[in-house]
Amino acid sequence: MRIASLCQLLLALVLAPLLPGVINKVKAFVAGRTGPPIVQLYHDMFKLLGKGAVYSETTTSVFRFAPLAGLAAVIVALTLLPIGSVRALLAFPGDLVLLAYLLGLMRFLTVIGALDTGSSFEGMGASREVQFSALAEPVLMLTMVALARQADNLSLSGIYPAITGNTWVQAGPALAMISAALLAVSLAENARIPVDDPNTHLELTMIHEVMVLDFSGPDLAFIHYAAALKLWVFGSLLVGLCLPLRTGQALADVGAFLAGMFLFATVIGIIESTMARLRLLRVPQMLVGAGAIAIVALVLVLR
Amino acid sequence: MNTLLVVVGAGLIASGGLLALLASRWPRWATGIASGTTVLGCGLGLVPALRVLLGATGEEVRLRWSVPNGDFLVAMDALSAFFLVAIFSLCALAAIYGVEYLQTYRKHKSLGPPWFFFNMLVASMVLVVIARNAVLFLVAWEIMSLASFFLVTFEHEDEGVGRAGWTYLVATHLGTAFLLALFVLLGEGSGSMDFVGFGLAEHPVPRHASLLFVLAVVGFGTKAGFVPFHVWLPEAHPAAPSHVSAVMSGVMIKTGIYGLLRTLTFLGTPPAWWGWLLIAIGLVSGILGVLFALAQHDLKRLLAYHSVENIGIIALGVGVGLLGLSLQSAPMIVLGFGGGLLHVLNHACFKGLLFLGAGAVLHGAGTREIDHLGGLLRRMPWTGWTFLVGAAAISGLPPLNGFVSELLVYLGGLEGVRSASTSHMPILVSVVAGLALIGGLAMACFAKAFGIVFLGEPRSSKAANSHECGWCMRLPMVILAMACAAIGVLGPLMVRLLVPVIALVTGMPDEGVRATTASPCTILGAVVGASVALLLLTVGLVILRKWLLSGQTVSRTVTWDCGYAQPTPRMQYTASSFAQPLTRFFQAFLRPRISLVRPVDTFPASASLATHTDDVFREKVYSPVFRGVARVVSGLRWFQHGRVQIYVLYIALTLLALLLWKLD
Amino acid sequence: MQAWTDLVLILVILTNLALAGLSSFGTCVRVLAFQGVLLGLVTVGVQQGDLSLHTLVLVAGIVAIKGLVFPRLLLRAVREAGVRHEVEPFIGFATSLLIGTLALPLAMWLTSHLPRVGPAVPPLLIPTAFHAILIGLLLIVSRRKAVTQVLGYLALENGIFIFGVGLVRQATLLVEMGILLDVFVAVFVMGIAIFHISREFDHIDTDRLSLLKE
Repeated sequence: MRIASLCQLLLALVLAPLLPGVINKVKAFVAGRTGPPIVQLYHDMFKLLGKGAVYSETTTSVFRFAPLAGLAAVIVALTLLPIGSVRALLAFPGDLVLLAYLLGLMRFLTVIGALDTGSSFEGMGASREVQFSALAEPVLMLTMVALARQADNLSLSGIYPAITGNTWVQAGPALAMISAALLAVSLAENARIPVDDPNTHLELTMIHEVMVLDFSGPDLAFIHYAAALKLWVFGSLLVGLCLPLRTGQALADVGAFLAGMFLFATVIGIIESTMARLRLLRVPQMLVGAGAIAIVALVLVLR
Repeated sequence: MNTLLVVVGAGLIASGGLLALLASRWPRWATGIASGTTVLGCGLGLVPALRVLLGATGEEVRLRWSVPNGDFLVAMDALSAFFLVAIFSLCALAAIYGVEYLQTYRKHKSLGPPWFFFNMLVASMVLVVIARNAVLFLVAWEIMSLASFFLVTFEHEDEGVGRAGWTYLVATHLGTAFLLALFVLLGEGSGSMDFVGFGLAEHPVPRHASLLFVLAVVGFGTKAGFVPFHVWLPEAHPAAPSHVSAVMSGVMIKTGIYGLLRTLTFLGTPPAWWGWLLIAIGLVSGILGVLFALAQHDLKRLLAYHSVENIGIIALGVGVGLLGLSLQSAPMIVLGFGGGLLHVLNHACFKGLLFLGAGAVLHGAGTREIDHLGGLLRRMPWTGWTFLVGAAAISGLPPLNGFVSELLVYLGGLEGVRSASTSHMPILVSVVAGLALIGGLAMACFAKAFGIVFLGEPRSSKAANSHECGWCMRLPMVILAMACAAIGVLGPLMVRLLVPVIALVTGMPDEGVRATTASPCTILGAVVGASVALLLLTVGLVILRKWLLSGQTVSRTVTWDCGYAQPTPRMQYTASSFAQPLTRFFQAFLRPRISLVRPVDTFPASASLATHTDDVFREKVYSPVFRGVARVVSGLRWFQHGRVQIYVLYIALTLLALLLWKLD
Repeated sequence: MQAWTDLVLILVILTNLALAGLSSFGTCVRVLAFQGVLLGLVTVGVQQGDLSLHTLVLVAGIVAIKGLVFPRLLLRAVREAGVRHEVEPFIGFATSLLIGTLALPLAMWLTSHLPRVGPAVPPLLIPTAFHAILIGLLLIVSRRKAVTQVLGYLALENGIFIFGVGLVRQATLLVEMGILLDVFVAVFVMGIAIFHISREFDHIDTDRLSLLKE
């Protein structure tokens, strides 16, 4: 059992950089282009790891420290995630709170890393990031509360195996709404369209990309990697919910899960191809809307 | 012997204060005596407090005291001991810090009075926590309020400080009035003012238990800073000298929580709505506290509003515990009270640390305006790094202590959501969602406070010329930062320490509480595992990067400026702009005043933008009420003639009336 | 069948929330039209046992009026009045969405304190009705423009309609047709009134209409 848990962590660590690749491939396909190869991010990371680094004279050790600790935080967060019926490496009642706060730690570090450069661009991105995440946090927690009540369990590794096809038959609408709210949170937290555009390099419109403008070399590689892992975290939360295939066979479960992750990346790619970025003033409204849907789902679950 | 030692410690501190007042003429001596006795007294008291917490008993000490109904009766149980640990530890550190901090004022102020009042504050807090007689309690409470009032008005020549002081004095006395009513009602039942007689827990709940509870919430809530009784807090805490702010914010307002918990032990099984009320107060305090903190420009005022927020989290914990008591859910009781109590200690650590850090900033840079600071981490590395630890801890980020106590409250709420009936769902769900919102906003606020003050480039010459403080100020900050980290890693141990305290407050048997804490202890054990993994991974990554960068060129240049020719530090994002999206989104609650002079013409001569966020409750609730009262009372002005004869007549008439009343 | 009725009712709740949170008139009207269609489905769902031709015709009428005629009229009124967005409502959109969401637990609570209606009525029906009524009231109270207030009245009416469907199963349709006609006339009149007011006064802010009292 432990071996399986460890394997799934390794799986995440190895395969996570594929997700942005799939998203970009889908976007290119919709736009009628060939697009970069799916493994592009691996190439980028290896190139960056082999390079030197340039640091701003304004920065302090906070800037050096932030990306590393952020990456460590998201890796620890990964150890809390179950795949299918395979328990997570670390599972205890309330681990969903630790998950949310580890992602919070990662965000705090990115934000102070950005503020360390003294650049107003990066300050701007940091300011937006904290606003959106402060609003996304309660929504994430509401969805988790709804799932916890539905599964009568407080641990992620207890909740997810309890969600089966049968649960969907019984409480389909509620689960669908939870998934919708979770998807909105994932888009906001991972800086995807319609909240943020990962492809623009116009500083005034960006959130995540603008915060990491001054990082270079291995630090930038770590940041890209951490972002991919964070996308994997949210992807697993969604896929575990929407694809409740629980065969009990670890291998089949993992296979279904991987297919689900591929589907998740495809869905994000399609959303990115078909939607425009929201005006920044609209993003909080979208998150409040997601919160409203989560509350309705919760009311249905509690009924 | 244990209680006696604490009393001796308090006496030592008080007499040290008196000596310092007598030695006002020699500032060096006054400082030495006062801080020395405080540290000594705190050390003397800390040992028995810890022993009682670990299971020893604190005997009753009764001294003769010729006050009607009053008795100098003190004792120490687990609840007292727990609060004493926080008080003694933080006050000793603050006293050390004060030695250097107050030096700045030596030239134009006498240092005797502030030290006297500081020592009186410490001694009176100790007395409040160990008093077992209502009259003694109220006397100690009053000394505590007055001593802190004089400390708040220490810099009374400043314009705002006087106002802050009077607000504080009025608020605290209104609170005390409620407490007076509370104790009179409690004493009425038993015919004695000793706490022992108040113990109604064995008897059926008296009919007016709910009235008593509300009186306690208002009276003690005023001291603790529950919204809407918090208005004095953001005025008074920034005005006091920083080591006093640390003590006031870190432990003095917690005496309100202590009082509330002590009262709960008298009142028996609570009905569910008490839990609802406290949770609602906690939610409002937590969310409004952090929102107002976000909108502040003054570092110490920001921290003061965060005290309101953290008191809100404590109230959430206690509220969950109360709801658990009425629903008879042991996990909710233990997790709620445990989380609330642990947050008391944690908040003492990180808020003490942050106020000391803010003091060091004020000391080193001469301003607390966040938008005038910047780049202090290079100039004040000790202050900066310890402040970062405090900021991460207060935002509830793992692996530090704030996360541990917030996790316990979360778990209490989640346990309620999982098991309680549907009718209690709205409040329990809002505990969890509210905590998440508070957490996110607190993180935003401290990213702002730390990021703008300590990172980037200095925004003014004051910040550019700032200097690090000396060892007397550094040492307390370092110790508190280490405490934050230590409690974070020692979570399971702390919960076990809390067992007797929870048992005492809830009236559950020790064994029952201990059995229920087994599950949170394993959970916190797992969290410790995650924290260790986090640290190891970070260290591993640091080594990895070092290895990757060896042999590569690592160069330094300017921050990417988008090709702009002459960036200046004033172009950096400011605290106000950083918080603007959030303050705008929540402007319905904050109601900021914005005065904007737009730039006009091609070459605008001047333009300005100023935002100011007043306390909504102060502006919209209290000011109108007090104005109304003033109008009514001014009708009585004709009593005041300014003639001595008339006043003598009043006195004579009063005496006569009293005589007549007593005669028949 | 029960599950499908529940699904439709949940969709009604979501459309209510959309009404509370959206600022564009056009979208709001379309959402309301969709809600009208949903109401037809609700009626079918509740009447499942005895689905006569009579009912079907009435359902078709409901869908036609609520789903097609009203929206047409309203969209025309909006076009003629030349307003596209609700600006500066008394309560912000995020806040009113949140209030609208919290109205759902309130509606649930209200329902749980009412005597239980027959077992054949889906449990979600009464809360949905309350929710629609509360949302209607919210829209009427919190918006400035007359057009949005008409939307509020329609949401309110939809709530009452759902109530009727649940409580009096057969007679309701007759009564309902009567109410529907009343509202139809009301909307018609309002449409004309709004058109004329906007021509006379250049705006249709109701809070500014209070000038007329002088």
